[in-house]
Amino acid sequence: MGKLFAVILVVIALASAIPIITHTWYGSGITLAPPPDISTHGHAIDKQLSETMVEAGLAFLAAQLLLAFFVWKFAGRKDDKPIKTFPGGAKVMVIAAVVLVGSEILALGVLGQKAWANVYFKPAAPDALQIQAQAGQFAFYFRYPGIDGKFGALHPDKIDEGNSNFFGLDPANDVESRDDIVSGEMAVPVNREVVLLMHAKDVGHSFYVRELRLQQDFVPGLDLSVHFTATKIGKYEIVCTQLCGLGHYNMKAYLNVLSQEDFDSWMKQKVSEQ
Amino acid sequence: MSEVSAHAVQNHSVNHDVAHHHAPPQGFIRKHVFSLDHKVIGKQYYALALVAVFVGMALSWVMRIHLVWPNAPIPGLQWLSKTGAPGGIVTPEYYLSLLTMHGTLMVFFVLTNAPFAAFGNYFLPIQIGAEDMAFPRFNMMSFWITFLAFCILIAAFFVPDGPPISGWTAYAPLSAVGSDAGPGLGLGQTLWGLSIFVFCIASLLGSLNFIATTLDLRTKGMTLARMPICTWAWFITSCIALLAFAVLLPASLLLILDRVAGTSFFIPAGLVVSDRLQPHSGGSPLLWQHLFWFFGHPEVYIAILPAMGIVSHILINSMRRPLLSHRVVIYCMMGIGFLSYIVWGHHMFVSGMNPFSSLLFSFPTLIITIPATIMTLIWLGSLYGSRLRITAASLFALGFISMFVSGGVSGFFLAQPSIDIYLHATYFVVGHFHMVMGVASIFGVFAGTYFWFPKMTGRMMSEKLGKLHFWLTFIGTYCIFMPFHYLGLAGNVRRYAVFVDDFLVPLIPVHRFITIAALLTGAAQLIFLYNLIVSRFRGEPAPPNPWDCTSLEWSVPSPPPFDNFGGKHPVVYHDPYQYGVKSSKADYVMQDSPEQVNA
Repeated sequence: MGKLFAVILVVIALASAIPIITHTWYGSGITLAPPPDISTHGHAIDKQLSETMVEAGLAFLAAQLLLAFFVWKFAGRKDDKPIKTFPGGAKVMVIAAVVLVGSEILALGVLGQKAWANVYFKPAAPDALQIQAQAGQFAFYFRYPGIDGKFGALHPDKIDEGNSNFFGLDPANDVESRDDIVSGEMAVPVNREVVLLMHAKDVGHSFYVRELRLQQDFVPGLDLSVHFTATKIGKYEIVCTQLCGLGHYNMKAYLNVLSQEDFDSWMKQKVSEQ
Repeated sequence: MSEVSAHAVQNHSVNHDVAHHHAPPQGFIRKHVFSLDHKVIGKQYYALALVAVFVGMALSWVMRIHLVWPNAPIPGLQWLSKTGAPGGIVTPEYYLSLLTMHGTLMVFFVLTNAPFAAFGNYFLPIQIGAEDMAFPRFNMMSFWITFLAFCILIAAFFVPDGPPISGWTAYAPLSAVGSDAGPGLGLGQTLWGLSIFVFCIASLLGSLNFIATTLDLRTKGMTLARMPICTWAWFITSCIALLAFAVLLPASLLLILDRVAGTSFFIPAGLVVSDRLQPHSGGSPLLWQHLFWFFGHPEVYIAILPAMGIVSHILINSMRRPLLSHRVVIYCMMGIGFLSYIVWGHHMFVSGMNPFSSLLFSFPTLIITIPATIMTLIWLGSLYGSRLRITAASLFALGFISMFVSGGVSGFFLAQPSIDIYLHATYFVVGHFHMVMGVASIFGVFAGTYFWFPKMTGRMMSEKLGKLHFWLTFIGTYCIFMPFHYLGLAGNVRRYAVFVDDFLVPLIPVHRFITIAALLTGAAQLIFLYNLIVSRFRGEPAPPNPWDCTSLEWSVPSPPPFDNFGGKHPVVYHDPYQYGVKSSKADYVMQDSPEQVNA
């Protein structure tokens, strides 16, 4: 019975590793890996992920195979040989754990800080494009400051979805808000740094674009910002990853990464729609 | 004998007093319902956890079916909720209700109750040679208050607005602003808060009782170092629970006040929900997250530490040898318990808290891997050269190690803030915590059940069915929870009622595989239920010590008499695990045997 356990465990351990190594679901066409990165900061995260995968994967296989081997060898032992103790006993285990895991932590901890710092500690360039994102049940809206380069102030009491005043702008009294451009789609120029100013209208939401390696919560009452540079033209899904109510699964928008010319004409068209 | 301390002698007299406090009750109500006997209370906790786990599992079945066959009616579901499942088809909001109730039932009423409250109540007093808990009346109260909390939570299924939908984490302001935010956020959500509040009271009473009992009621010769590992695990867990639930208690109260009394602890100004400007100001959604996870992370260890203790206890017995080091394992558990208080922020890397604190929370989270690895290596290293007996109990204990490793390594990814940017809120997280906290801990409960059932009921369980149950469950749980990690790597977002996004639709076949595995693995649990019920009435009569075990619970008849030791006070002479003893006729010496041990 111990041998059966060992065999099953080895099969499970190896079968578990296959989709990780092949990045697909057992020979089907289903990809089970992060999509290609389209950001300037994502490379460091991917590197961190793959290095962790190697180390954690080896630890997983080593522990499972060792467990299988010991159970295979020592379960239901009928011989008269006395019980043996692992050479070195607990001391070896403690030293092994501290040295192996400790060095892993130091290596990953230091590298991980760099990948994290790229996203959060490096300030955005002063000329970065500012876009405000507002998350509300169950849609994202994006606002561009317009020709004056300034966002008009938000007035929660003026929010009126029926009249497409999603942000609560007050163009009658507020000059700065008059040229603000509001869009349900997020267009950005390729290779240009973007600062995303995040505003939650009602409850918590999150901004997640897999290809951008970017995820950040919208926190009501706390306006946050993140910045990124998209490096590949294309259309990508923005989804909400913070449980926000019954329509959570359907809360999405598109990130449209355009060439500078296309972005300019997109902007022109939006201005003319105003 | 010389080392038997004055303290232990003192305990002796305490025990003596307790014996007079309550004689065996005669009436049915006092004996089986409002019983003061820790053994009855332990079984009551077990029964409650059993009901909760089957309800929780049934909910997960409905969720799994809905995820992959969203338009298939589930027969009978419309009876549970006409609005939530019209014609048996789950609505998106009802999916979130199922998810919330599943998580809450499993975390609070199964993973906290079964390994800790149920087994701890039954066996901690016996393992330290006490006749009962230090405060039997508190003990009875803590069970019945837990039961009340359970009833309040279940009542949320039947309120007009529907059960709560904000997840077991109940993030504010969604959980706080009331029904403006949608269905399921009215009375159901308030009942959820109330249920948690009541549950916290029960847990505080229970933990205090465990701590007092362990410190004060140990019998003569039972020094702290002579306590079995599972006793240690329950003791450490009760210390963790005391501090953790003490934070969730006021947090849940504040949430209730935000909902019913118009306060604004978690709700800031200027929120427009369903076109209505909310009349709140000054609150902080992050405050809820900090308070919740200050409880929530230790809670993970409240679920897993007792399982570690139970599994160690059973493995030692099955291996016929002590672990490589008793002390190191206990220090590791203490270390994990301490660290569990300074890592809560790793649930909040992308929550908008200061990014510097993410690094600060990441470090102790990675460090916690060290005691966990030491324990794993000690389990593995102890297997070497042992004389391992394969039983249903030891199989589940071995399965625990495998699951703990699998769930543990994925923690290494999530502990790093940079990787968490990508993996946060994906199925990778779902796979991680289900394996390490859910399945591993439940394997500990299964191992404990097969091991202690003879003691608790006086009858043996069927080993054959137990082993069959193990094989199906072991393979099945891997088939369910491993693919979750792969889906997470593909960016599959969690808590979605339906997968409609372009990038999620291609992943549905993998979800279908998981659903089938979940249905089959769930069905295999009926074997366990059958074994449990039939063995209770028709099992072979159990001898006092069927597994040749050394600790005190096996020195008394099965089941133990009302006062555990038949009016006597056991005296302890040895460390808990005298296995592989050469000088003895058997290969073990019991803790209360005066026989000399020559190692």
